[in-house]
Amino acid sequence: METILELQDVNTFYGAIQVHFDLSLSVSAGEITCLLGGNASGKSTAMKAIFGLVRPRTGRVFLAGEEATHWGTPRRVAWGLRSVPEARRLFPYMTVRENLLMGAYLRRDRRQVAEDLEKMLDLFPRVGERLDQVAGTLSGGEQQMVAMARALLGRPRILCMDEPTMGLSPLWVDRVLELIQTINRQGTTVFMVEQNARAALQIAHRGYVLRHGTVALRGTASELLDNPLVESAYLGGKVI
Amino acid sequence: MWDQLLNGLVIGNLYALTAIGITQIYGVAGVVNFAHGSVYMVGAYIGWMAIAWLHWPLVPAILLVLAGSAAIGLLVERAAVRPFARAGSTILLLTTIAAGLIMDNAAQIIWGPQTQALRSPLPQWQFKLGGGTVSFLDLFILAAGVGTALLLHLFLYRSRAGWAVRATAQDREAALQMGVDVNRVSSLSFAMAGAFAGLSGLLVGLYFNNIYPTMGASATLKGTTAALLGGLGNVPGAILGAYVLGITEAFSVEWLGSSFRNLMAIVLLIGVLIFRPNGLISARRALNPEPTAGTFIPHGRPLRFPRWLLPAVTVSAMALPLFLSNPYPLQVLAIAWVFGLMAVSLNLISGTTGQISLGHAGFVTLGAYASAILTSRLGLPFSLSLLVSPFLAAAIGVLLCYPALRLRGQYLAITTMGLGEAISLIALNWEGVTQGPLGISNIQPPGFFGYPIVSPAGMYLLAFAVLLIGVWVVHRLSRSHLGRALRAMREDEVAARAFGIGLARYKSIAFGVSAFFAAAAGVLLAHSYSYIAPDTFTFALSIQVLTMIILGGRDNAVGAVAGAVILIALPESIRFLGEFRFILYGLLLIGMLRFRPYGLFNSAT
Repeated sequence: METILELQDVNTFYGAIQVHFDLSLSVSAGEITCLLGGNASGKSTAMKAIFGLVRPRTGRVFLAGEEATHWGTPRRVAWGLRSVPEARRLFPYMTVRENLLMGAYLRRDRRQVAEDLEKMLDLFPRVGERLDQVAGTLSGGEQQMVAMARALLGRPRILCMDEPTMGLSPLWVDRVLELIQTINRQGTTVFMVEQNARAALQIAHRGYVLRHGTVALRGTASELLDNPLVESAYLGGKVI
Repeated sequence: MWDQLLNGLVIGNLYALTAIGITQIYGVAGVVNFAHGSVYMVGAYIGWMAIAWLHWPLVPAILLVLAGSAAIGLLVERAAVRPFARAGSTILLLTTIAAGLIMDNAAQIIWGPQTQALRSPLPQWQFKLGGGTVSFLDLFILAAGVGTALLLHLFLYRSRAGWAVRATAQDREAALQMGVDVNRVSSLSFAMAGAFAGLSGLLVGLYFNNIYPTMGASATLKGTTAALLGGLGNVPGAILGAYVLGITEAFSVEWLGSSFRNLMAIVLLIGVLIFRPNGLISARRALNPEPTAGTFIPHGRPLRFPRWLLPAVTVSAMALPLFLSNPYPLQVLAIAWVFGLMAVSLNLISGTTGQISLGHAGFVTLGAYASAILTSRLGLPFSLSLLVSPFLAAAIGVLLCYPALRLRGQYLAITTMGLGEAISLIALNWEGVTQGPLGISNIQPPGFFGYPIVSPAGMYLLAFAVLLIGVWVVHRLSRSHLGRALRAMREDEVAARAFGIGLARYKSIAFGVSAFFAAAAGVLLAHSYSYIAPDTFTFALSIQVLTMIILGGRDNAVGAVAGAVILIALPESIRFLGEFRFILYGLLLIGMLRFRPYGLFNSAT
C-alpha cells in the first residue's frame, strides 16, 4: 500500500517544553488511520505539525513521498490536505453555505464545486436544511456535519479529523463514525486523532497509540482492539 | 436642529471611513491599530501636496491619496504588525503606537509642525434644505462615506478575497486550513484600511480647511470609539457607531459648547467600554476571549548587581551637585529623576500587575492641578501640598479607574487612554476651578518652611529625594504579600481569583499607589515649571513613560529609573537627536519588543 503521509522523527516544542519525541508515523492511501492517546499525549499537536501550524524543531514531513517539511499551511492545503479541526472551528458568523464554499476556497472549477455541493447535501441531509442559517447557531452534531462537508468540498487527498466525536451525544457519535466510514469507502484517505479509542478502532484500519509524545503502540485496528496495553497507555485510565 | 443632524451625519461619514478600517484590522490582526490616525494624517498631507503644490483637481488627488495611504498602511503592517503576529495583541498595541509616534514626528520634520491651509478645489455652491445649508462638499463627503461602505460590503460578501477576509477575522487558524493565505489577507486589510483612512484625512482637511501633523491622534480616538460602539470587528456596526458618535457630538456642541465635542466622544468611549464592551448591537455581554494573563510580554528577572553598586550609585548621585559647577546636567538629571518616579509608579501597574496603562499622564495631570489649586487658591504651603495632592489625586484616580478594572488587555489599555484624555478634557472645560485653556500660572516654586528652592542643585536633590522614597515604597510593596498577589494576577487572572485574590480590589490598590507617585511627579513638575495647562501632560507622555519601563525592564525599579535616565539624558546630550526624540522612542519601543522584550536590565528567565 502506498504511503501518502509520513512523519519522520519529529521533535516539536512549545517554548522550552518538548511535545514530541522522535515521533514517526505513516498513513497509507485509501485507509483510515487513527492516532489515539490520552490528554496531553501530543495528538492535536501532531495534527498541527502535519498542517504546518506548528513547526517541528527537527524531523521531516512527507506528502506522497515529497518532502513538505518547509511548506506553509496554504501550500499543504493546496496539495490536498483538508481538516476537520478540533471543536469543528466553523466560521461562526458565516452561513452554512458560505462555510461549505470556504472549503472549496482554492478550487477554481465553480461548476464542479456546485455539483459537489449537491452531493454533500445528499450525504448530509441535515446540512441542506440549514444552508442559510448562521453556523454559530447550529448544534454540535450539525456543526460536525458541516465541518466534514466543508473539508470534503476541497476534494481532499487526505481528510484529517481532530477528535471528530468530541462533545457529541452518543447518538451523534455513531452517526459521525458511520459517515467517516462511508467517506472512506468512497475513496478518501482518512487520518483521525481520537481520544475515544474503542470507537475509533471500530472503523479504522490501522492505529497508533501516542503516549508522552511518542508512539507507544502501533498495529492494525483489530490487533489494537484486543491489546490490553492500549488501556494502560492512557495514563492508567481505562479506554472508554 | 436639522442643521445639527446634517452636520452630525457629515462628520459621522468621516468617522466611518476611519472606523471601518480600525474594525477590519481588529478582525484580521486582533489589534486596535493605534497607527491608524497617523496613516490618516499622511493621507491628508499627500492630498494637500497634490492640491496645493501640484494644483491637481480633486479626483486625481483622491486617487493619489488612496494609493499613497494604502502603501503606508502596508508599511505599518510589515514593520509593526507582521513581525509580532505571534506575540499577542498587547504587544501589537504597543508596536502600532510606536509606528504612529514615528509617523507623526516624521511628518513634523518633513512638513513642519505648523497648520497648513487646505482650500477645497470643489465648487463653493450650497443650498438650503429644510432650514439647514448643504454644501457641495457635504454632499461629496456623504457620497464618499456611503459609497465606500457599499463597496466594502460588496467586497466582503461577493468577492473571493472578501470571503477570505471574513473567514480570517472569524477564525484565523481555520481559514489557514482552508488554504487562505492569512498574511496576504492581513496585508490587503491594512492596505484597504489605509486607503480609507487617507481618504478620510483628506476629506476632514477639506472640511475644516486645514491640516496639521498631530491631527491623527483624534482620528484614532474617534475611529476607535465608533468601532467599539459598533462592536470591534463588525463593519456595519462601525458605520452605525460612527453615525451615533457624529450626531452625539453635533448635538453636544449645539447644547453645551464647542469645547465639549471631544469630552462627549470620550464619555461615549468610556461608557461603551464599561457598560457594553461588545458594542451597542451585540447580544453577547461577555467579552471576546482575550488572554487571561495581563500582558503576554515576556517577563525576565532583574539583573543581579554587586551588593555595593546600588548604594554607591545612590551616594554619588546625591553628591553630584557638589562637583558640578555647570547647572545644565543637573537640570536634565532632575527631570530624569521625576520621570524615573513616573516610570517606577507605572511599573507597579504595567510591570508588577501586568496591565498596560496608556493614561499615566492623567495621574500626573491630577497631581499637578491639585497642587496648583491647593497652593494658589487655598494658600497651602508646598511641603504640605506635596503630601496632600498625591492623596487627592490617587483617590480621584482610583474612583475613575475602578469601573474599568474588570476589563483586560487592549480593552483596559484603551480605557486608561480614554481616562487620561478625559482628565485633561475636564481640566479644559471646568473653567471655574482650572481656568480652562488658560491654565494656571504663577505657581509658587517648591520650598520648605518659607525657604524656596530655586537653584538647580536644590531641584535636583528634591527630585532625587522624592524618587528615592517612591522607589523604596514600591520596592517594599512588591516584595510583600501584596506584590505576590499582583504578580499572580499578571500571570493568570482566573487562577489568582481561584486563590481568593479579589481582582478589582488588588488592581485598585496597584492603581492607587501608582497614581500617588505619578501625582507626586506632577506636583514637582507643576511647581518647577510654575505653569500648567490642560495639554502640559499628554498621551505622548504616557507613551514616553511606558517606553522607559519597556526599555529598562518591567517589574524592575532599577530598570525603570535607568530607562528614564537613558531616554531623558540621551536626546539632551546628543544634540542632533533632539528633533528626532520621539522617532527614537518609537524605534526603541519596536526594537526592544522585537529583540529584548524583557528589557535591558532584566535577563530572560
